[in-house]
Amino acid sequence: MEGEGMQTPAPVGYAKATSVSDALALLKKHGEDSRIVAGGHSLIPMMRLRIAAPEALIDINDVAELKGISIEGNEIVIGAMVRHAEVLSSPILFEHYAIFREAEKLIADPIVRNRGTIGGSMCQADPSEDLSAVGAALKGTVVIQSESGTRTVALRDFHEGPYMTKVAQSEILTQVRFPIRPGAGSAYEKVERRVGDWPVASAGTFVVVKDGVVDDCGIGLTAVGAEHFCAPEAEAFLIGKEPTEENLSAAAQLAADSCNPFSDQRGPADYKKHLAHELTLRALRRSAAASQGA
Amino acid sequence: MTAVEEVPLSPAGNPIGFGSMKRVEDARFVRGQGNYVDDVNLPGMLHSAILRSPHAHARIVSIDKSAAEALPGVVLVITGEMLAGVPRPSLLGDNFAWMPTLSYDTQAVLATDKVRFQGQEVAFVIAESKYIARDALELIDVEYDVLDAVMDAKKAMDPGAPVIRDDKGQTDNSITDVHGNQSWESGNAEATAAAIAAAEADPNCVVVTEQILYPRVHPAPMETCGSVAELNPVTGQLTLYTTSQAPHAHRTVYAMVAGLPEQKIRVISPDIGGGFGNKVGVYPGYVLSIVGSLLTGKPVKWMEDRSENLMSTSFARDYHMKATIAATREGKILAVDVDVLADHGAFNGVAQPTNYPAGFFHIFSGSYDYPNAHCKVTPVYTNKAPGGVAYACSFRITEAAYVIERVVDCLAAELQMDPAELRLKNLIAADKFPYMSPTGWEYDSGEYEKTMRLAMEIAGYDELRREQAEKRAKGEYMGIGISFFTEGVGAGPRKTMDILGLGMADGIELRVHPTGKAVLRLSVQSQGQAHETTFAQIVSHELGIPPEDIDVVHGDTDQTPFGLGTYGSRSTPVSGAAASVVARKVRERAKIVAAAALECSPDDLEWELGRWYVKGDKERGKTIQEIALLSHSSLELPEGIEGHLDATAVYNPPNLTYPYGCYICVVDVDVLTGQVKVRRFIAVDDCGVRINPMVVEGQVHGGLADGIGMALMELIAFDEDGNCLGGSFMDYLLPTAMECPDYELGETVTPSPHHPIGAKGVGESATVGSPAAVVNAVIDAISPFGVRHADMPLTPANVWRAIQGRPMRTDMAVE
Amino acid sequence: MQITLTVNGTEYTRDVEPRMLLVHFIRDELLLRGTHWGCDTSNCGTCTLWVDGEPVKSCTMLAVMADGRAIRTVEGLANGAELDPIQQGFIECHGLQCGFCTPGMMMTGRWLLDNNPNPSEGEIRECISGQICRCTGYKNIVSAIQWAAEHPATSEVTS
Repeated sequence: MEGEGMQTPAPVGYAKATSVSDALALLKKHGEDSRIVAGGHSLIPMMRLRIAAPEALIDINDVAELKGISIEGNEIVIGAMVRHAEVLSSPILFEHYAIFREAEKLIADPIVRNRGTIGGSMCQADPSEDLSAVGAALKGTVVIQSESGTRTVALRDFHEGPYMTKVAQSEILTQVRFPIRPGAGSAYEKVERRVGDWPVASAGTFVVVKDGVVDDCGIGLTAVGAEHFCAPEAEAFLIGKEPTEENLSAAAQLAADSCNPFSDQRGPADYKKHLAHELTLRALRRSAAASQGA
Repeated sequence: MTAVEEVPLSPAGNPIGFGSMKRVEDARFVRGQGNYVDDVNLPGMLHSAILRSPHAHARIVSIDKSAAEALPGVVLVITGEMLAGVPRPSLLGDNFAWMPTLSYDTQAVLATDKVRFQGQEVAFVIAESKYIARDALELIDVEYDVLDAVMDAKKAMDPGAPVIRDDKGQTDNSITDVHGNQSWESGNAEATAAAIAAAEADPNCVVVTEQILYPRVHPAPMETCGSVAELNPVTGQLTLYTTSQAPHAHRTVYAMVAGLPEQKIRVISPDIGGGFGNKVGVYPGYVLSIVGSLLTGKPVKWMEDRSENLMSTSFARDYHMKATIAATREGKILAVDVDVLADHGAFNGVAQPTNYPAGFFHIFSGSYDYPNAHCKVTPVYTNKAPGGVAYACSFRITEAAYVIERVVDCLAAELQMDPAELRLKNLIAADKFPYMSPTGWEYDSGEYEKTMRLAMEIAGYDELRREQAEKRAKGEYMGIGISFFTEGVGAGPRKTMDILGLGMADGIELRVHPTGKAVLRLSVQSQGQAHETTFAQIVSHELGIPPEDIDVVHGDTDQTPFGLGTYGSRSTPVSGAAASVVARKVRERAKIVAAAALECSPDDLEWELGRWYVKGDKERGKTIQEIALLSHSSLELPEGIEGHLDATAVYNPPNLTYPYGCYICVVDVDVLTGQVKVRRFIAVDDCGVRINPMVVEGQVHGGLADGIGMALMELIAFDEDGNCLGGSFMDYLLPTAMECPDYELGETVTPSPHHPIGAKGVGESATVGSPAAVVNAVIDAISPFGVRHADMPLTPANVWRAIQGRPMRTDMAVE
Repeated sequence: MQITLTVNGTEYTRDVEPRMLLVHFIRDELLLRGTHWGCDTSNCGTCTLWVDGEPVKSCTMLAVMADGRAIRTVEGLANGAELDPIQQGFIECHGLQCGFCTPGMMMTGRWLLDNNPNPSEGEIRECISGQICRCTGYKNIVSAIQWAAEHPATSEVTS
């Protein structure tokens, strides 16, 4: 209740960055309570409720370096400022991993997707963030830039806790990168109380089936308290096994067992655990089928 | 009265009378030129914000507003203590920190001793901008002594429960109504109990009992509530722009409560962005904006934000109902008894007629013909926001229609009988009308079976049941839910129906200008229901003046006659009748003027649309436009007849009107996730004569969406610590275009015999009838799992848990 | 700080606090009150207007972030006295009742048709799924947008 419904943000400073290095300099200049604003659809609502009250905002919406989706060698490279709408419609992403389009179709609504960015969503690190499950499933990495250079962090290492990531205040996330896996099928499953709501539970997977067995797979989950949004034990179980209903279900059960959801208005914990199993299973089924069919 | 016939079109292409016609209102709205309260901007206007309690129940130890008042741009901070020091020079006693409610209780304007619900008003900041006003809220330091809260209505009367209304000297949380009663009953208790007992003992009968919750929900119009108060210190004139569904009633209440001279109060409801009953009550914010203007000498605007709207303004429903239905095994209903625990929140603020503390709930006996029914409604206080009668509820008819339609389906399940067949066996027959229900309602007219069969035909009911059987065999689960509702609207006869002593009869004024154009002034208040169009059509129907030549004025107490406003679907039945009556008065005056001009007797004249003519000599006549000019001219009129072509009327309805309908909802349920998809929604309404079918259908569409929302996702829940869990649109979920199907509508027309144009009203019908159709469909879908009932909202979690045999309690956050 | 932006083709320069929301700037500084607000959590969409050609929930953007950009609001839909087909569609099909969600719905509808001149019913529903209406149940809003798709240009002003 405290801070609820203030409707107007507290006073804040503002500067518009023209490049990444400019943004880093502005972050330094405006001090440790300054924040990057990209799409603003996580930060500005929090500011309106006065849950967040940064000292200054550094606007990176015009930073060209952070835009665009491309292929570099064996990786897909997505600029941090790429909007959800672009992730949804991108033919490059869809060609390699249907999971992007499937997940984005279920994130927020078309108007919000015009503004929200993949970088912003990753950095917001909501424990129910769908793109975090996608990123963890695909075992992606992020590139983080500071005034002393860049570093790469695996998405499965990226989160320090709810709403907390490895990006320091003086740093900017610049790219999200995914390995290309020929023959991979991927899928996303989400249960929501209503379109645009945060998930009750979501699961996203990729599967590569080679010679009738699972050669590689990734399982990502969100909103169910899965550590680092993934289920490595379930993945390990599935490698080398035939993608039968029984094996997929057993893997899904392992994934569910590793989750730790809590009860809230979206549902009780036992239901969310059940969903973790059911949705992982559905995603695995479709991923395996796509891998074999494709 | 006959049903609508073909009518001629006017030069602008509009029907001269009833028919689908595009709306006059749209011209300004599509250009973004609506004039809503937040659009009102007066010179020197100040802004405000309310500091609200974070606790559901706490003693106020101290309030330190010094830092807030020191903030540059802050003009004044008002607290309850300040208001308490101002005695109220009016009928309703005490001081300005408290105000009367529409249920003869008292409600705090600003908390003084305690706060009694999370979100309650504690302080009022007036500042130069809304940004500064909100900044100031953070600087007010309130020390609370937190108390245990009563969040569960079922525990409100437990011995030792915290007492909420100690301000009234109460020692428990019971509510005593204005008649001195702590519960309200209707029907025949003894006969009903005897019938149920007999059925229980009879092997050829069944008795089904079900606990059915209609949870707390909220009207949530897209425009929140607000006001701009300008109290002119020189003239003493108070102009209040406000989101009010009942401007005249509000004006009188402010006069009575604040002791302001009533002729100096002008209430203006400009365009209202949806009401749905949310804008019937008088909220502390309105009162505070008036007090603020009084103290600062400037106009003061108060606009609430969405969380304030959801957490503090009039909620709806919150009825815990235990329903018992007895029937023969062949499916003949014998008796229905409903026992209700009503959660009223911290103040009894329901807006309902004085003689009806439980509103019109006693129409719960429904659309079926049986002799024995009884209900008892017991209200209690809890530490939640006040209200209860809102959200297109038709004064609690939503609760009534829901409980009977839900329990009838439970009976069908018990009898293993098709729910359509069970209903058809019990619907009131056409030749029984006017029908006296076992709880004393006289339903005016209806051909129930005809309406139901039409709905089943549109739905393809038999084909749906076949499809359902095929799908079940494959492990796929679809459901078909029926709801047949009867509601009573158009409150009401002033002898029995008043609100705070103001009888529910409404005035109207019609002026026809010399050039034959007209102005109709209404007492009712559109919040989107197309009054500017449909009321013109009523006058058009009676007088033959093209609708485009008739202006409809509403919303300004200085420019309109007195009436009780728009809610409970009363505009068409009451004010619509008044429009017809006043137009007929004008027509009768016109006849006399025409006779004078034609030098004949009025008895020689006959009427056709727009014209009086001489019987047998049709060429000889006068149009209404010619008569208008003549009535303003030097034409000599008979002794005792006044000139001009104006009339007024006050319409006192002889009875309510009884719209009804049959809705059929088809859903598909994913039983492994609990997700529900509404595939189809068929609605056949009978609202009597339809003034503008396009408008009628739009009203039905909106109400069907309400049913989807409430059945599947809308909920104001609380946790045991007193936190409101439905305080934003992230948690109070409203249906979008994705959850709503393309509705399939039909109609039957059974005119109301006592209404001048046979119209019944329809504004709330679909909200009344639709939730049961959706819930019945979902339960029908999962009935193979042994589910007979589960409470709204049927979120995926609730559906899944119901399938597991562990349905959830939805109103409280308990595991 | 000073910002300059173009709204419905007209350039405005104003001095604003950085924290001022774009919706408040449009309504209270520029007095264009056709854009509304209805919630605190970016859910309702009554504040929807265009920024650089795309619909945005203006309650979730700061006015300073719109510096140098082109805004289009409901007041900029009509071409002088001539209504845009989307506006005409809402009149023809009874796509509005209280009118509060209508400007936002029309801005989104106009954008949809500019990018997808012949959308399916499902595409229309999905496109407006981030905006709430409490009056119409959406059926007539969908019809209104379909009408506008079927009548891409009108030369008469009928309302």
